[in-house]
Amino acid sequence: MIDLPLLAAGIIALGVIIYIVLDGFDLGIGILLPLAGSSAERERMMASIAPVWDGNETWLILGGVVLFAAFPKAYAIALPAMYIPIVAMLFCFIFRGVAFEFHANASERHKSIWLVAFSAGSIGATFCQGLILGGLIRGITVRNAEFAGGPFDWFSWFGLLAAGGMVAGYALLGACWTILKTDDKLQLRAFAWAKSALFMTMLFMGAISIATPLFVDAIAERWFGGAHLIYLAPVPVVTVIAAAFLWQLLEKQAEVWPFRLAVVLFILAYAGLAISMWPYIVPRHLTIWQAAADPTSQRFILIACAFTVPMIIAYTIYAYRVFRGKVPEDGGYGH
Amino acid sequence: MFEDTILLSRIQFGFTVGFHILFPTLTIGLGAFLGFVEAMWLITKKDVYLRLYRFWVKIFALAFGMGVVSGLVLSYQFGTNFSRFSDVTGHVMGPLLSVEVLTAFFVEAGFIGVMLFGWNKVGPRLHFVATLLVVLGTTNSAFWILAANSWMQTPAGTELRDGLFYVKDWWAVIFNPSFPYRLFHMVFASYLTTAFVVAGVSGWYLLKRQHEEVARKGFALGLMMATILAPVQAFVGDEAGRNVAEHQPMKVAAMEGLWKTAKGIPLIIFAIPDQENQRNLFEISIPKLSSLIVTHKWNGEVKGLNEVKRADQPPVLPVFFGFRIMVGIGIFFIFVAGYHVVQRMRKRLYDSRWLMRMTVFCVPLGFIATWAGWIVAETGRQPWTVYGLLRTEDSISPVTVGEVATSLILFVLVYGILFVAYLMYLGRLIRRGPESVATAPEPTPEAMQGARPSSVVPRGDAI
Repeated sequence: MIDLPLLAAGIIALGVIIYIVLDGFDLGIGILLPLAGSSAERERMMASIAPVWDGNETWLILGGVVLFAAFPKAYAIALPAMYIPIVAMLFCFIFRGVAFEFHANASERHKSIWLVAFSAGSIGATFCQGLILGGLIRGITVRNAEFAGGPFDWFSWFGLLAAGGMVAGYALLGACWTILKTDDKLQLRAFAWAKSALFMTMLFMGAISIATPLFVDAIAERWFGGAHLIYLAPVPVVTVIAAAFLWQLLEKQAEVWPFRLAVVLFILAYAGLAISMWPYIVPRHLTIWQAAADPTSQRFILIACAFTVPMIIAYTIYAYRVFRGKVPEDGGYGH
Repeated sequence: MFEDTILLSRIQFGFTVGFHILFPTLTIGLGAFLGFVEAMWLITKKDVYLRLYRFWVKIFALAFGMGVVSGLVLSYQFGTNFSRFSDVTGHVMGPLLSVEVLTAFFVEAGFIGVMLFGWNKVGPRLHFVATLLVVLGTTNSAFWILAANSWMQTPAGTELRDGLFYVKDWWAVIFNPSFPYRLFHMVFASYLTTAFVVAGVSGWYLLKRQHEEVARKGFALGLMMATILAPVQAFVGDEAGRNVAEHQPMKVAAMEGLWKTAKGIPLIIFAIPDQENQRNLFEISIPKLSSLIVTHKWNGEVKGLNEVKRADQPPVLPVFFGFRIMVGIGIFFIFVAGYHVVQRMRKRLYDSRWLMRMTVFCVPLGFIATWAGWIVAETGRQPWTVYGLLRTEDSISPVTVGEVATSLILFVLVYGILFVAYLMYLGRLIRRGPESVATAPEPTPEAMQGARPSSVVPRGDAI
């Protein structure tokens, strides 16, 4: 018998990590935009993500709806609990998305307004994602299989740490993407951004790794209880090694590998998080088996995923290949 | 307090979904139009088709972007504002919405980049394939969303056990009784709206004697589409209405303003429904006509609102007026289409300034009719979220009235600003008009250099 809930959780986990990496770098472009040296540089950075950002954002929608389909109980508990940061995140995404379209149509004077909106939306959305993550780590008050807490329950200090970490991490991805897609002055700038972002990312990651076991006993038990640390130690160790490697590559001004290594770094951090959360989907209330939908529904959605997800990955790769290579100096792709 | 949360949650969902539907209404139809125009270009190699494509794809891009961001909100709002509904119907709604994202949203988002920015990268044939895939995506999206929404109207293929819906038969869930009618009604609404947008914008150019070559083609194509679709839509609408009468009689009663079950009921042209006293004020009506429309018999019996308790009646006023606005616009569309046929037969298609003025007037009407139709469909479903099985008051999230009120105010403000900006940029694109010379897209080295910024629009003459 196939363990349907495990498979569904695996698909959501896959969707979320693809989302984090893909939308991570285009949110990162938004975060870094104010640091660009000239409007030509800003245009070039925007052009580097123009053909792909729609697709990237779709993975977030996938995460939401598959959660709804495969784990409706978790969806129904977690979303009201995170009402404020989720709605705030949606507003940021709205501004960011329309700013992208509007900026292309705007007059020179209005262009800068929409670029500010794009940047603010990107930073805000990232920050909210961190707060949501922090809220989930902190835990949700559940009574009678329903959210039973207050509107500000999601707030926590390590939520702020997570938010800072997300902003730094996405900026790192965005900087490495800029290194990959541009050259000359802008690329040099991006190397400097990547270094600062890497430093900040590691700082926040370290702080979160210290704070969460201190505040949440279950997470402390997961990492330090019994002999767990022996099995789990490779995750943080490899993370530090990967970060050191990335720093080296940035020093040597490698163009392609920094982005790949930044992705590796994200996957490792994500793995660490998954270890802390496992096997819960609503932390410490519902495991993936307790929240699982009826097998009829899970089977339906898993079959749909089996057919479509490989195709989606294939044509996503195709779309990236169509627009591979450096973005032209003074503009985009034309149309 | 709780009552307020229900009402505000409903208003918020209605407002955000109402804002969202404006954009798919245009992109479903405009996508199909672009696919047609690009095919004609590939076949005939006539420049005018390429210029049409290049012009309308900019408007498509703008509406598409708005559709993506306003759609994102909806997929999360089920959880944030209607978490109990999500819990109870999760087995049904979750998979349907997931399949929509997997088979529609991704396809659109995956190929829109190639469609908008890929001209110089992939060559005309592959570009055409990208356009078709985007069209497939938008249409498929309508399929699954209408399947999910129709299941809420006419639930089938499920059983309610321990307070949760379980799926027994997916085929029955998807092809529930109202689904085919409502799908075609919505897709045709989208095509018809687009037909009048294309005809109207072209008509405006013709009135001003600008961009005449492209405008004539757009005018003729748009009106041709409208002439085919307007009567077909009336027929589909009638069939959909009869389906509603069979499965959701109280919705029809609200549409007709019928308080008591009766035979040979009149068609009420105008009235002000007074739900408090269960009667109509200032009624003007034509005898027996509604029975004929609903039952196709002069003396057919139609169920009135007295069949159910006051608490189970939908709000009559919005349903009643929504229905009249929708049908009124539909009839006007048929009239304009007919006038167009007359002018065409008199060979005065490009000389009739009245026809041009009428098409310009029709540009917003399709959107208004679509809105009105959705108000009829969704308000008419009240007080249920799943018709007859799950009440709206048992569907909402355990959140505070303050949270919902704040988010609703913000949605109104933000969407208001966005809508103004959208109209402004739409107006700018339309004022600028099609490019005067169509540059045939060839994958040349110069083109790869791309002399333009990331815009879909040349910014040369930006103000």
